[in-house]
Amino acid sequence: MPTIVVDVMPKAELLDPAGKAVAGALHRLGDTAFSGVRIGKRFELTVDGEVTDAVLARARELASEMLSNSVIEDVIAVSVDE
Amino acid sequence: MSTPVVDSVSNAAATPGKEQPYEALGLKPDEYARIRELLGRRPTSGELAMYSVMWSEHCSYKSSKVHLRQFGQKVSPEMTKNLMVGMGENAGVVDIGEGWAVTFKIESHNHPSYIEPFQGAATGVGGIVRDIISMGARPVAVMDALRFGALGDPDTARVVHGVVGGISFYGNCLGLPNIGGETRFDPVYQANPLVNALAVGVLRHEDLHLANARGVGNKVVLFGARTGGDGIGGASILASDTFSEGGPTKRPAVQVGDPFAEKVLIECCLELFAGGLVEGIQDLGAAGISCATSELASNGDGGMRISLDEVLLRDPTLTAEEILMSESQERMMAIVQPSKLEGFLAVTKKWDVETSVLGEVTDTGRLVIDWRGETIVDVDPRTVAVDGPVYERPVAYPAWLDQMQENSAATLPRPADGAGLRKDLLHLVNSANIADTSWVTSQYDKYVLGNTALSYPDDGGMVRVDERSGLGFALATDANGRYCYLDPYAGAQLALAEAYRNVAVTGATPVAVSDCLNFGSPENPEVMWQFSRAVEGLADGCLALGIPVTGGNVSFYNQTGDVPIHPTPVVAVLGTIDDVGRRVPSGWQDAGDNLYLLGATALELDGSAWAGVVHGHLGGRPPAVDLGREKALAGLLAAGAHEGLFNAAHDLSDGGLGVALVEGCLRFGVGARIFLDELLERDGIDLATALFSETGGRAIVAVPREEDVKFTRLCEGRGYPVLRIGVTDAGPASGAALDVQGAFSIPLDELGAAHRAPLREAFGA
Amino acid sequence: MRIGVVTFPGSLDDRDAQRAVRLAGGEPVPLWHGSHDLEGVDAIVLPGGFSYGDYLRCGAIAARSPIMSEVIDAANAGLPVLGICNGFQILVEAHLLPGGLIRNDHGSFVCRDQVLRVENASTAWTNGFAEGQEITIPLKNGEGGFIASAEDLKRLEGEGLVAFRYVGVNPNGSLDDIAGLTNPRGNVVGLMPHPEHASEPGFGPDTPAAMRSGVDGLTFFTSVLAHRMAAA
Repeated sequence: MPTIVVDVMPKAELLDPAGKAVAGALHRLGDTAFSGVRIGKRFELTVDGEVTDAVLARARELASEMLSNSVIEDVIAVSVDE
Repeated sequence: MSTPVVDSVSNAAATPGKEQPYEALGLKPDEYARIRELLGRRPTSGELAMYSVMWSEHCSYKSSKVHLRQFGQKVSPEMTKNLMVGMGENAGVVDIGEGWAVTFKIESHNHPSYIEPFQGAATGVGGIVRDIISMGARPVAVMDALRFGALGDPDTARVVHGVVGGISFYGNCLGLPNIGGETRFDPVYQANPLVNALAVGVLRHEDLHLANARGVGNKVVLFGARTGGDGIGGASILASDTFSEGGPTKRPAVQVGDPFAEKVLIECCLELFAGGLVEGIQDLGAAGISCATSELASNGDGGMRISLDEVLLRDPTLTAEEILMSESQERMMAIVQPSKLEGFLAVTKKWDVETSVLGEVTDTGRLVIDWRGETIVDVDPRTVAVDGPVYERPVAYPAWLDQMQENSAATLPRPADGAGLRKDLLHLVNSANIADTSWVTSQYDKYVLGNTALSYPDDGGMVRVDERSGLGFALATDANGRYCYLDPYAGAQLALAEAYRNVAVTGATPVAVSDCLNFGSPENPEVMWQFSRAVEGLADGCLALGIPVTGGNVSFYNQTGDVPIHPTPVVAVLGTIDDVGRRVPSGWQDAGDNLYLLGATALELDGSAWAGVVHGHLGGRPPAVDLGREKALAGLLAAGAHEGLFNAAHDLSDGGLGVALVEGCLRFGVGARIFLDELLERDGIDLATALFSETGGRAIVAVPREEDVKFTRLCEGRGYPVLRIGVTDAGPASGAALDVQGAFSIPLDELGAAHRAPLREAFGA
Repeated sequence: MRIGVVTFPGSLDDRDAQRAVRLAGGEPVPLWHGSHDLEGVDAIVLPGGFSYGDYLRCGAIAARSPIMSEVIDAANAGLPVLGICNGFQILVEAHLLPGGLIRNDHGSFVCRDQVLRVENASTAWTNGFAEGQEITIPLKNGEGGFIASAEDLKRLEGEGLVAFRYVGVNPNGSLDDIAGLTNPRGNVVGLMPHPEHASEPGFGPDTPAAMRSGVDGLTFFTSVLAHRMAAA
């Protein structure tokens, strides 16, 4: 079945405590190749049937209205994974 | 992207005619003119940023100051006896004996909690906890006073889930027990919830720290989280002004909390204090670096010079104005002697807390801030932090109030038979504001730190301070917006009286007050009248009770659409108890205890829960206030608790005796048989009045039979009205019940189900 | 007997665990996450809290901290180790106990007085209980749902490695009502509820006898003292 993938990230300007904690751990463990970590969310919407333009539009709508909180998060991508 | 133009002091002097967006920053034309006059030139954009945030209502108290002065004026020696730090510091500090002190404060985070309920409430907890740390104290507990819109409104669920989730997330992760508070629902808060967070800390007397920058040459140190673009929606106006095209996008107005960073910051600060490494300290909250630098300098030797280039940034594109206004959380500013800087940095390094030295204390009387080789701020810090505008706003007696007060609930039909009384009582128990709030409180850790002696659903929270002696404190918060709407002076005093009584029933002695005054717009003269009357009532009330207001917060502009909220002065009362082992819970623990009603009951149903729930009525005048009576009752309760005469003590408030009896039964699942004939006769009232009136100065106590004589003698000695109204009762094998003889009997299972249902049905199991 | 209590950044119930050790008659020894020194302690408690904010997976970062390499070696050599709540999560992340702990099935943090059944009373930390005994211990977590593969579950049940089970209410959706586990040797025990919060009269859960009088948790600490005493 086709899947629509929605990626949501915390807004770039806002603090991402989770990413910060993981970046700190990497640093303590001696990994110096990575200067930062940001942690977002990935949603996989399984589509019952074909991914029509209407279904995709609805997914975009859900992504911005429900799956993400526009005050603190951005929808980075809404893509179809056949 | 082009390089930002630095609006330096010399540039400002050279370009006096440059237009500045002061109005978009919330400054009035006369305020802007005053700034120009103070500086003798136009402000730089950095200075404008500082003045605009520090002269905002939130930071400057410009509309409330003239009224709040009463708290400092209406004081007696009794009130200042144990007060180590009063109003004006980050939080008040009270001596509780044995070398211990307690510091506590309640503060609003209403508007952020509507925009982003989860982060708004979370950072509300974080902010008030930092106020407590900055006094030199270890935070030991939190509480919340919450007001939401109507229980059935779908948007209420959104806000409730967010706010409760945010408090739970932040407070639990911080390791602070949540020991009580209140949760209320009313349509007046629909688009303007109230999130008032309280934190309390303990310290040894010698550990007291204040927010001042003394000692020329001492270092100004910023530590904790990095500074980012959080909560500076307003500053982006300046940013777009100083950037040429292609500048930053509008910055978000919210902040994101990191409780882990704050927990580490707490432990780090306590280790710094213990090592004697800090001269003065201030948390960064609203107005961030602008506030911390100007307040520290104002309270100290008056001068400070710092470089903004030294501020560790999360986002290198921030402009100077944004750095000055950023409300990034989990940051502190300390004043450190140069010789102790190494020790200071060793402690922050141990805790992985990033630290940078921004500058030092001077004796110039000027706060000077440099950025990229230019001086961008050069001001007298007092003009920023202390001598802001003060307004004597017009007040007007509300046109609608007389008519409202004439509409008494005394004329509403009151049930006379058992079936009708039973129905009304169940209706109350099943209503939004009397219902069990454990859906909320079970999301909070009440056990952490191992010192919680009482918590929800007892009337007050209680925490042990000294593990050897058992010395501790109790805390309760209360406010009744309905009473305040009918009469803000009396309403504020009733909130004070109720919080005072809630502390007294636990066995503690009330000693101090913190308040969070939530009102509509100060530019509305009727709201300003409500505010002035409430403050007056509170100040007079504190004087009468002999307990000082040690600090608090004012929140204006709370309204849903154009309609202001009910005036909601939330009052927190702190009490002390020499051994928390003598605490008294709010419900009966054993069968066979005698139940006594302390205090007399009058026909006072105006503004009551009964009138609101059963009849949808709000009118008349709230119950009479008699603070002498409250003081006498508290004295009696403390004496009885000290002698161990009570197995339970419960305050009578919303829903009157009927609801108090239900709560007393449900606390430990022990029933009661109640006989009210003598009460009806003595007070000349009917059964509905006896059960639902909200007359003040009343409590029920459960006294074990062997203490009966002692208790009766205690009451006689103090001349306080007392009447035996029943006995606690395990009930038949089929289960305990609340049995009001000659009227009705309700099984506790039925009461419990009705009590639990409203919040669980609205928000999920 | 000296019992170490490890403090990680974000540990919250470390002082409470120290108090419980003291109340049981042991000597609490604070241990620091960044150290490699176990200071010769006779047993170790990994306390509750939100180590490193628990932002990644609960306990994931703490399980990789310096002191844990020593704790893992000592546990494999038979030293008694108790993981409480976040400590349990750390033990699981360190692979000293199997399975995983995920978000509570109802999605919220929950704090309640929880009845547990002691399923295995022969471990270093439970020998003072009787098998099948019901005890009341406060529970407070947001991510306490125990999960494991069908294969692991079968092994846990078959080998008697389930140490505690929730009774009455399953507060977080844990499979098979599992509240706590032991390793086969019985020296490493982890559970979500907090025995240290049921160790001091007046500050524990309510009991039918009196409010806040529950001290069932104290037996964890007296058990390990007895265990070490017997070994000495």
